[in-house]
Amino acid sequence: MSVIADTPTRPLPARAPISRRWRKVLNALTAYSFIAPNFIGFAVFTLGPIVFAFALAFMHWDGSNPIRFAGLDNFWKLFSDRVFHAAFWNTIIYTGFVVPLTLICSLALAVLLNQKIFGRNFFRTVAFFPYVASLVAVAVVWNMMFHPEFGPVNMVLYTLGVDPSDLPGWAADRHWAMATVIMFSVWKNMGYFMVIYLAGLQGISSELYEAADIDGASGGQKFRFVTLPQLAPTTFFVSVMLIIQSFKVFDQIFMITQGGPGTSTLVLVYHIYNEAFISWDLGYSSMVALVLFLLVLVITIVQFRWTQDRDEDTA
Amino acid sequence: MAGISLHKLRKSFGALTVVHDVDLEIADKEFIILVGPSGCGKSTTLRMIAGLEEITSGELIIGDTIVNDVPSKDRDIAMVFQNYALYPHMTVYKNMAFGLKLRRAPRDLIDRKVHETAEILDIKHLLNRRPKALSGGQRQRVALGRAMVRSPAVFLLDEPLSNLDAKLRSTMRSELTKLHRRLDATFIYVTHDQVEAMTMADRIVVMKDGHIQQVDTPQALYDRPTNMFVAGFIGAPQMNFLPVTISKQNGVPVAEFDGNSLPLPTRLIDRVGVDYAGRDCVLGLRPENFHERPPIDVDPALTVPVEVDVELAEPMGAEVHLNAALRSRSIVARVSPRCQARAGDRLTLTADLSSAHLFDRETERAIGA
Ligand SMILES: Nc1ncnc2c1ncn2[C@@H]1O[C@H](COP(=O)(O)OP(=O)(O)OP(=O)(O)O)[C@@H](O)[C@H]1O
Ligand SMILES: [Mg+2]
Repeated sequence: MSVIADTPTRPLPARAPISRRWRKVLNALTAYSFIAPNFIGFAVFTLGPIVFAFALAFMHWDGSNPIRFAGLDNFWKLFSDRVFHAAFWNTIIYTGFVVPLTLICSLALAVLLNQKIFGRNFFRTVAFFPYVASLVAVAVVWNMMFHPEFGPVNMVLYTLGVDPSDLPGWAADRHWAMATVIMFSVWKNMGYFMVIYLAGLQGISSELYEAADIDGASGGQKFRFVTLPQLAPTTFFVSVMLIIQSFKVFDQIFMITQGGPGTSTLVLVYHIYNEAFISWDLGYSSMVALVLFLLVLVITIVQFRWTQDRDEDTA
Repeated sequence: MAGISLHKLRKSFGALTVVHDVDLEIADKEFIILVGPSGCGKSTTLRMIAGLEEITSGELIIGDTIVNDVPSKDRDIAMVFQNYALYPHMTVYKNMAFGLKLRRAPRDLIDRKVHETAEILDIKHLLNRRPKALSGGQRQRVALGRAMVRSPAVFLLDEPLSNLDAKLRSTMRSELTKLHRRLDATFIYVTHDQVEAMTMADRIVVMKDGHIQQVDTPQALYDRPTNMFVAGFIGAPQMNFLPVTISKQNGVPVAEFDGNSLPLPTRLIDRVGVDYAGRDCVLGLRPENFHERPPIDVDPALTVPVEVDVELAEPMGAEVHLNAALRSRSIVARVSPRCQARAGDRLTLTADLSSAHLFDRETERAIGA
C-alpha cells in the first residue's frame, strides 16, 4: 500500500489542490457511503424494531387499539404469571442440557471423524445432514420414529424387554416431552458444531501429538492435555453460540411438541409468541422478550469475562 | 547401554521408498550426525528411530532389543523437534515436567529435575512463562530441557538450530557439544548444515536420496570422501572438480586436463594401476589446494602452476575466496587476505596435487580412497 502511495507520480495538474483536512473528510465520507446501504437496512429492519419492542414493554397494546402507557404494569405481571415461570425454568433446563450435550456429541463426532477411517467423508455428510435438512421434514420423521405406539424406537425397546406400560410416551408424555425435545435439538445441531470442531482439530499441529507420544502420553492423555486445551477457543465459540441459540429456541419445539403437553416444553420464546399473536398482548410479550434479552446478555458477558480471566492467569 | 543398530531399515510411503535399506551401527554415547540435502530422508530415518514413523522393513535395535513395534514412550528416547513443538497452553515449567508427570514421578522429584535442568540451560527465570512469550533461542532451550528432564539414554534432534540466527547457532553448537559430554547419552542429530556436522559430530552419516553415502569421522570424511557427492557436500567452499583423462607418461600415470599433464601423488598412482589408463576421471581439488605462491612443505614435483582469470574475490576476513575461471572451468581458491586480486585480473596460482582426489567419472566413486 505505502509503496504505491509513496511512489512519486506526475502531479495531476487538472485537479485543484485539496487541503489535508478536506481530504480526510472526503475519505471518511467515501467509507460511510459504502457502509450506508447495509446500515440503513439494519436500522430499518432490525434496530428500529428492537427499540420499538423495548418501548413497547412499558405500554399496553393489542395491535389494533391505540397504544397506552403502562408504566411498570407489564413488569409486575411477570411475577404473577405462572406460565412465564414455567417457561423461564423450561428454558433454563433446556439450555442446561442442550449446551453440554451438544458440545460433547459434536466434539466426540469430530474426534471420531477426524480419524483416518474408511468412508469418513460419507459419515461426515451423514452427521451434517440433519442440520441442513428441512426442519419440517426432519421433525416429521422424528415424530414418526418416536411415536409412542407405532414408532420403531418403542418397538425396539419393547423387543428388548421393556414392559409396555413402562414405554416412554416421548413427545406425548409430560415427563418425557422435554427429554424428547432436547434429544431432537442435540441431534439436529451437532453436525454443524462438529464441522466447527473439525476445523479446530485440523488446526492443531501434529507435532504436538508427536511430542506427547514421546513424552509418553496415552490416547486419553493426549486428548486431555493436548486436544482439549488446544480446542479451548473453539469450545468457547461453540458454547456462546449454543447458549444464545438455546435461549432463543422456538421452531424445534413448535415442530415436536408445540410447547405441550401442558406447559412441559413451553419455553420463553414460545411464551412470547403466544402472548403476542394468540393473546394479542404485545406490551407484555415485549416485556418477556426484554427479560430474555437481558438474560442472554448477562450470560454472554459473564462468559467473556470468565475466559478473559482464565487467559490472563495462564498467560 | 544404548547402542543403536539399524539393519536394512526401509521406509516407503506407498510406492515411494524414501529410505533404502539403511545399515548403521551407533555406539553408546556417540554423537552421530545425519547430513544430506533436503529431502534425502534424514528426518524420516530419525522419526523411525523415535517411533513416530512405522518401519516398512528391516530391524531397529536399541540396546539389545528389537524395538520395531515398541511405542516411542518405551524406547527411552527424547526428541527435540525443528519447530520445538512446545505445548503452547503450558508454562515452561509444565512443558518440562509433562513427561515425568505422565510417568507418575513424585512431585518433589519432578520439581528438582526441572529446576536442575533449568539451571543448566539458564532458563530458570522463564519457568512461569508460556512458549509464545519466549524468543526462538529460549524456546530452543526449553525444548532441549523438556528432553533432558527425563534423562533418556538417547536424544534425537531434528535440525534444532535451524531457526536460530548465525551467532546464536554457533554458541549453541558449542553448548550442545558440552551438553553431550555432560549428559553422557547417545545423540542422534539431523542437519543439512555441514558446519554443524563437522564441528559437533563424533561420526557423520552422509545421506542422499535415502541411501547412506558414507559414515566416518568428520576429518576422515573430509580427507577421504568415498564419492563425488560426499566430496562436494563436506567442506565449504566445496571441492573443485576438473574433468581429466588418465594417461601414461614415461610409464607413470598422469591426469590430462585440457592438454596439460597433471602429476598424481603416489597414493593415487598405486590405485589407478593399469585399469584406468585412457579412462575418463574427475580430479578433485579443495579450495585450499590452490596457493598464491608455491608452498614450501610440498614436493615440488606435485605442484603445477595454473593460470586463472579472477571473476570474483570474496573477502571473508581471515581469508579470501577467489572465484576464478581455469580454462573455462569455474574453480574456487582459498587464499590469504594479502592477495589483492580483483575481478578481471589474470593470476598464476600453484595447484598442490599432493592431496588431490580422483573419481571415476561414470560411477562417481573415489579411486584413491
Ligand atoms: N508422509 C509422507 N508421505 C509421502 N512422502 C513423504 C512423507 N514424509 C516425507 N516424505 C518424503 O520423504 C522424503 C524424505 O523426507 P525427509 O523429511 O526425511 O527429508 P529430510 O532429509 O529430513 O529433508 P529436510 O532437510 O528438508 O528436512 C521427501 O522426499 C519427502 O517428500
Ligand atoms: Mg527434515
